[in-house]
Amino acid sequence: MTIKPYLRLSGLEPLVVRPETNFVNVGERTNVTGSKKFARLIRENKYEEALSVARQQVENGAQILDVNMDDALLDGKLAMTTFLNLLQAEPDIAKIPVMIDSSKFEIIEAGLKCVQGKCIVNSISMKEGEEKFIEQAIICRNYGASVIVMAFDEQGQADTKQRKVEICERAYRILTEHVGYDPQEIIFDPNIFAIATGIEEHNNYAVDFIEATREIKQKMPLTKVSGGVSNVSFSFRGNDHVREAIHAVFLYYAIKAGMDMGIVNAGQLQVYSEIEPKLRELCEDVILNRNNDNNQATEALINFAETVKAKGKETVKDEAWRNEPVEKRLAHSLVNGITDYVEADTEEARQKYPKPLDVIEGPLMDGMNIVGDLFGSGKMFLPQVVKSARVMKKSVAYLFPFIEAEKEERRQAHLAAGTVNEEGAGAARILLATVKGDVHDIGKNIVGVVLGCNGYDIIDLGVMVPADKILETARKENVDIIGLSGLITPSLDEMVHIAREMKRQQMHLPLMIGGATTSRMHTAVKIAPEYEEGVVHVLDASRSVTVAGSLLNKDQKNDFITNINREYKKLKEDFGNKKVTKAYLSYNQAVENKIKLNWYNYIPTKPSFCGTKSFINYDLAEIAKYIDWQPFFIAWELHGKFPNILTDEKVGTEATKLYNDAQALLKKIIEEKWLTAKGVIGFWPANSNGKDTITVTDELSTVVELESLRQQVKKAEGQPNMSLTDFIAPKETGIQDYIGAFAVTIDGIEPHLKRFTEQHDDYNKISLQALADRLAEAFAELLHHKTRTEFWGYIKDENLTNEDFIKEKYVGIRPAPGYPACPDHTEKYKLFALLDATNVAGIQLTESLAMYPASSVCGWYFAHPESKYFGIGKIEKDQVTDYAKRKNMPLEEVERWLRPVLEYDA
Amino acid sequence: MNIQKELEKRILIIDGAMGTMIQQYNLQEADYRGERFKDWHTDVKGNNDLLSLTQPQIIEEIHRKYLAAGADIIETNTFSSTTIAQADYDMQSLAYELNVASAKCARNAIETFLASDEGKGRSGAWVAGAIGPLNKTLSLSPDVNNPGFRAVTFDEVATAYTEQIKGLVDGGVDLLLIETIFDTLNAKAAIYAVKKFFRDNKSPELPIMISGTITDASGRTLSGQTLEAFYTSIRHAKPLSVGLNCALGATQMRPHIEELSQIAECFTSAYPNAGLPNAFGQYDEQPHETAHIIAEWAQEGFVNIVGGCCGTTPDHIKHIADYVKTFKPRALPVVEESLN
Repeated sequence: MTIKPYLRLSGLEPLVVRPETNFVNVGERTNVTGSKKFARLIRENKYEEALSVARQQVENGAQILDVNMDDALLDGKLAMTTFLNLLQAEPDIAKIPVMIDSSKFEIIEAGLKCVQGKCIVNSISMKEGEEKFIEQAIICRNYGASVIVMAFDEQGQADTKQRKVEICERAYRILTEHVGYDPQEIIFDPNIFAIATGIEEHNNYAVDFIEATREIKQKMPLTKVSGGVSNVSFSFRGNDHVREAIHAVFLYYAIKAGMDMGIVNAGQLQVYSEIEPKLRELCEDVILNRNNDNNQATEALINFAETVKAKGKETVKDEAWRNEPVEKRLAHSLVNGITDYVEADTEEARQKYPKPLDVIEGPLMDGMNIVGDLFGSGKMFLPQVVKSARVMKKSVAYLFPFIEAEKEERRQAHLAAGTVNEEGAGAARILLATVKGDVHDIGKNIVGVVLGCNGYDIIDLGVMVPADKILETARKENVDIIGLSGLITPSLDEMVHIAREMKRQQMHLPLMIGGATTSRMHTAVKIAPEYEEGVVHVLDASRSVTVAGSLLNKDQKNDFITNINREYKKLKEDFGNKKVTKAYLSYNQAVENKIKLNWYNYIPTKPSFCGTKSFINYDLAEIAKYIDWQPFFIAWELHGKFPNILTDEKVGTEATKLYNDAQALLKKIIEEKWLTAKGVIGFWPANSNGKDTITVTDELSTVVELESLRQQVKKAEGQPNMSLTDFIAPKETGIQDYIGAFAVTIDGIEPHLKRFTEQHDDYNKISLQALADRLAEAFAELLHHKTRTEFWGYIKDENLTNEDFIKEKYVGIRPAPGYPACPDHTEKYKLFALLDATNVAGIQLTESLAMYPASSVCGWYFAHPESKYFGIGKIEKDQVTDYAKRKNMPLEEVERWLRPVLEYDA
Repeated sequence: MNIQKELEKRILIIDGAMGTMIQQYNLQEADYRGERFKDWHTDVKGNNDLLSLTQPQIIEEIHRKYLAAGADIIETNTFSSTTIAQADYDMQSLAYELNVASAKCARNAIETFLASDEGKGRSGAWVAGAIGPLNKTLSLSPDVNNPGFRAVTFDEVATAYTEQIKGLVDGGVDLLLIETIFDTLNAKAAIYAVKKFFRDNKSPELPIMISGTITDASGRTLSGQTLEAFYTSIRHAKPLSVGLNCALGATQMRPHIEELSQIAECFTSAYPNAGLPNAFGQYDEQPHETAHIIAEWAQEGFVNIVGGCCGTTPDHIKHIADYVKTFKPRALPVVEESLN
């Protein structure tokens, strides 16, 4: 493989100067000495407009941008730094290399400190001697810049061909031998001076340049030759028509001689062959110093110039997009980051749309969506997106006073009408931060912009923000939402940390999570469980608007958070299903490691009856004593322990009100017999097979085999792999054991719900539903209590409070099919058959084995004092296969029901 | 051993992730603090570089594991050992000391490894002083409303790097590795500092390795440069090697390392992450998977130095070393002296 010794420069993109490159245009308009307009813009601090001068050069074909800030009225270092830093944020300009142009080396060095690409320094020379030249060249090299060496030495600027060549050769030796420059990185500027000045000594200047170029390129073929072209026509200033012709002709010959690049007005390059023949010939005479004795050629050109009316040529630029409709124009400006027209276009859109906010939500958001899509697909990159954001901000800033005025109008209208102004409180505040350890914040900035556009007050803490600063600011500034962003992976842990801190510090603000490495899954599994007040993953900036809207809307917030929490809980469960990190035992090993109870010390209590017993129309007042109120408040999104919640500083008032209302409603339900409690319990002789099957014999001697699942994850030494079967005496012990079951329901809610719905009384409707659920649970609790002490009677002297029941302090358990200890819902069929629950208590099983009426509870009773609640965890295929065989069900069907607990993908 | 000569003979192996290995020790705040910083006024957990002072035995052990896995080049634990990066922990004043200590950890690890049974038959290894990208960037504004704003200046960056370089050199590194470059201007400040440091000290320059980071699907650095533009911008360092690391897994890195192998005049290096992170920021790619992809690069002649970045372990390095050892290194291109 070979690599050619080309001059290689770079901006955001490379520029390789190959022989076939022909000529490199260096844009000259960003030069305060050459462009009055640019100088004025810089002096007036109008850097944005100054950038559009640069953009115009690029659009007109400049391949390198010359930047010069040498003006006595300017702080050159500051101007150079400011302009180049701004320019780095303009990818369509920064894509090309920069030529840092100054006669002051300190300004050059300031410029070199701002540009990541490989620049050209314009220029250094030996005018102050070799030592200084070497020192400056070393500095340029350490910054990685190519250098233009001006043909200038201790004696002065070279004007003749011979001096030009001599100085360049001397500089070449020094740079290659003492400084370490590669020949191709050296560019010579053999001085283009003005011709046709009327001074005879000047007449040969163009020829001297052209011929010096030819010799330099012969002697040092890898080096490059450059020059400031417009100097040559200086004496024709004011007559652009002639100047352009002179430039074109000059370049035609200089390029033929080997000139590689030139500083030109990229928009005004004429094509040599397009120049009118008379003018071209006159230019050739002047440039090549032909027919010029006694300045004849010069005078001929001057005479001609006076006859030519300088026709101001129009700037050629692709402006076709300006003819598009305003929405397209705004999108174009956003995508291309052009601020030039944004105010005019925004104004036009404002007049077109009914409300200023419509402009934001319509064309501007549409444009930002295009930006988002292009960025997402890798067609735009970060700096461009930042620019787009800026266009957006500009547009919004323009609209802002109109939005405010509109608000004020509404406020006045409210005042006049004596109504309350809902906007009086001011905009909601959203705090945004890229978390500690992460420097990436573009996405966050866009989110900030977009939210800002939607009328939120944004506090952006920037990047690398530690948790304490985020939380402290949130508190101090009284913000409404915190938004965290991160792009690198460790940021994920930091976000978890912040969520944890928010909980520890008892904050109540919702938390929005965004950034490239974040995901809904991670948010659901790792962040959301740490903080209950609302954690929402926001996929992109446009989505942030709806999310923030929902989080801040009093009516929607609770529903929104509930839905998100439910969704995330599901995601978390799904994810748990996929976890592979734990080690598992084979099913047989798991059975081996069962709970080994000592059956020989244990005499099972015989229930007071075998068979079933039904309870129809049970006294609701008695059931109500067993209510666990905490879930009732959770249903209403009021979190906290009951009864402490009633006196809670924050929600206490609301909770008390709710509780009083609920008590009143409950009283009515009981007194007016709105609802009916129905239930059935049963006990039967049962034994296990020592593995996972419990054989139950009912009163008609029908044998029912209950199948259990067993924990299969590898446990710590001495820890058993549990199964409910372990709590029933194995047949082989010869001990007669028993099992029980129950099913209860609260019936009759429908007509009352209907009534509330008709009255638009959602408050009571929801309370009624929540109360029915509580009553069903309470009924189950009541029957379990009576079972322990009375019906089964294995604990005669139980002395527990309702609180103890809630804490499951009782002896024995009542696990429900479909819950962690016995996750298979299909065992409900057997439970219902044993109890004849559908006929006796009127409870239906839906096809997905939910119970109807909705306020229903069922479960098994286990009496063994060692029995306890546990979760099965994940199970392996060998167990599922065995289980399917025992249940005589197709494996696929079993897998479908058990999917949440499968350790493998089925 | 002369690294230039060795690189002409075979593909050298650079070590894998330091952070990933440190995580496995599950160190707590107190471990990070050690005795010396037990009363330090900020939390220091997560300041991995500090461990070279407070838990040097752990850092040395990690180095030895990588050496045993076959690493020829080990990176010092100095990714954030600059005054600028250490400011997060208010430990600016320790920057120099951290670099010296980390360099010594790596040197000690090589010494003890070579003296051990495992190290018998190995001729040696090189210590690369790791110079990280900093948490402040010179080409991008952290303030969207003020694109011309910079949170740090070139001079501040160069000064911070100079101190780091001094520490690394004083601690005895063999190479300087400017890595995980997402903003080329930061890297240029590091190069500037290296060049100036050796010139000012009138001592011969240590070889420089340069490793950039292509961040995403755009195929560009975070600061927006294409790969070729990046290479062009740092070529003046006359580095021993140029390469890519981090952000991408080997699969995603392939087209870029291929391109780089075509344009780089020096040796090339590549140490990708162990795949792309999953939703939890963990890396799943197995050692044989990473090694398989990298072996293909070796076969194609794209690389001279290979290893791993985030999520890679000694097992990854061992697999990579095994898989590439039969392949010839990429031959240096001939740089022609004329345009014809």
